Amino acid sequence: MTILAFLLWSIVKVVVVVVIFLMGVAYTVLLERKLVGRIQNRWGPNRVGPFGLLQPLVDGAKSFLKEDIIPTAVYKPLYLLAPVIALGCALISIGVVPFGSPDITIGGMHLFQIADVNIGLLVILGITSIGVYGIALAGWSSNNKYSLLGSLRASAQLISYELALGLSLVGVVMRAGSLNLREIVESQGKYGLLSWNLFGGMQFVAFFIYLMAAYAETNRSPFDLPEAESELAAGYHTEYSSMKFAMFFMAEYGNMINVGCVATLLFLGGWTSPFGNALPLPHNIVLDSLLPIFWFVLKVFSFLFLYVWVRGTLPRFRYDQLMTFGWRYLMPLAILNILATSLWISWRG
Amino acid sequence: MSTGEAEGSFHNEPERLGTMQLILFLIFAAICLAGAINMLLQSHPINSALSLIVVMTSLAVLYLLLGAEFLAAAQVIVYAGAIMVLFTFVVMLLNAGREERTLGSRAARTVGFPAIAALLAVLATVIIKTQNLGAAALSDNLSSQPGATNLDLLGKELFTNLLLPFEVTSVLILIAVLGAVALARRGGGEEK
Repeated sequence: MTILAFLLWSIVKVVVVVVIFLMGVAYTVLLERKLVGRIQNRWGPNRVGPFGLLQPLVDGAKSFLKEDIIPTAVYKPLYLLAPVIALGCALISIGVVPFGSPDITIGGMHLFQIADVNIGLLVILGITSIGVYGIALAGWSSNNKYSLLGSLRASAQLISYELALGLSLVGVVMRAGSLNLREIVESQGKYGLLSWNLFGGMQFVAFFIYLMAAYAETNRSPFDLPEAESELAAGYHTEYSSMKFAMFFMAEYGNMINVGCVATLLFLGGWTSPFGNALPLPHNIVLDSLLPIFWFVLKVFSFLFLYVWVRGTLPRFRYDQLMTFGWRYLMPLAILNILATSLWISWRG
Repeated sequence: MSTGEAEGSFHNEPERLGTMQLILFLIFAAICLAGAINMLLQSHPINSALSLIVVMTSLAVLYLLLGAEFLAAAQVIVYAGAIMVLFTFVVMLLNAGREERTLGSRAARTVGFPAIAALLAVLATVIIKTQNLGAAALSDNLSSQPGATNLDLLGKELFTNLLLPFEVTSVLILIAVLGAVALARRGGGEEK
């Protein structure tokens, strides 16, 4: 494969993945509105298109057409940069996620993964930690006290929960012996459901910690303190309107999908079938490539479903409860989990 | 149709890869230097902090070019992602304004600049004269064993040969944490 073909294929992959990812973001919003509606015993959006399926398109058009207001007192360079950082970081993470079978290659290049990086997990963690700046700078540059309070809360919350998040993944990495996302998935694909890190890997404590920390990292309820509307107007994006607000919105849902992808890869066996080899393998190139993607999307979808379910069910934490929970319970629990996992691994040899 | 072939086809063209690396090195070294200079020139603390983040991340790319991918990721996660967030956090919390520009003291101009020039000259001479110092054989050391990744080698090295310095450093950090807690508690006690 020449450099030119490599470049061409990479560009095609990036464009396709980004378009699908953005569609996913748009329909995650619809999923949330529909589900929360059903949880609250109402219908949710159902006017535009069949079952309200065209609602995301209309919402997007609305965001584009709205007047874009830039308040006079903002610090303009950072005010404009912040949504770009937020959305950019949300979009980059998907680049290292393997979402389909690695056996399908073109000229030696994986078709269902943009970049096969041997530190894929660390890349995702790094990009997540850079994503904080989007929120922090948005609040500061808006020159509004609600925004500032929101972004201060966000920074503190993200730093605190990043520790628990990172530590909860150590057990999984130790079991797989690699930071490569593809190898982590392959380490748990042998017996289907039974060899997933969540069940057979005995990493359910880690999964619980990851779940909590991920909700906090993506500023989702019950940890949505940075944009707690009852106390802070809209938090860090109070002063944003039109497409800039939509960019924060897309970043939030994009991060939800990213978190779902990481949870799928690390705990739920990625693209592998939950039945392992119990089902006869289809020796058909189309089925071979589509089935793994189906499993992957199904797992990410279940994770998103859980996200919305939790949002519709649990009330918001208080700020001091959030900090106490993160530092006093989640982090020691994550360290204990690492200890237990390493003891288990050394005992098993 | 396997991954091995793809890797092979790229490794068969060392010259092209070499130029690519050189180009990337030049780009990111330039960004790094520009960020560093911008950090000194900006009068607003938040802009300085952001320039420092640019320096940190472009340094991470330079590490990556040297074949130290774990170091690069750690650089981004720890420095750009955690420490600099705290910096910007403090700047935002104190709402620090623009700095007043001063012309600087006379001592700095008469002694400082010649001293810095002399120091740079000495460093440059040492770097140029010493064999292999600028060659950065980091990637060779880290990937000398076939099949072993950066992470394996670093981990083994850190927990065998460098165990004592590693533990001493962690004790040092623990002391810093205890100090911070003690300071914070004393502040809280006075309020009561």
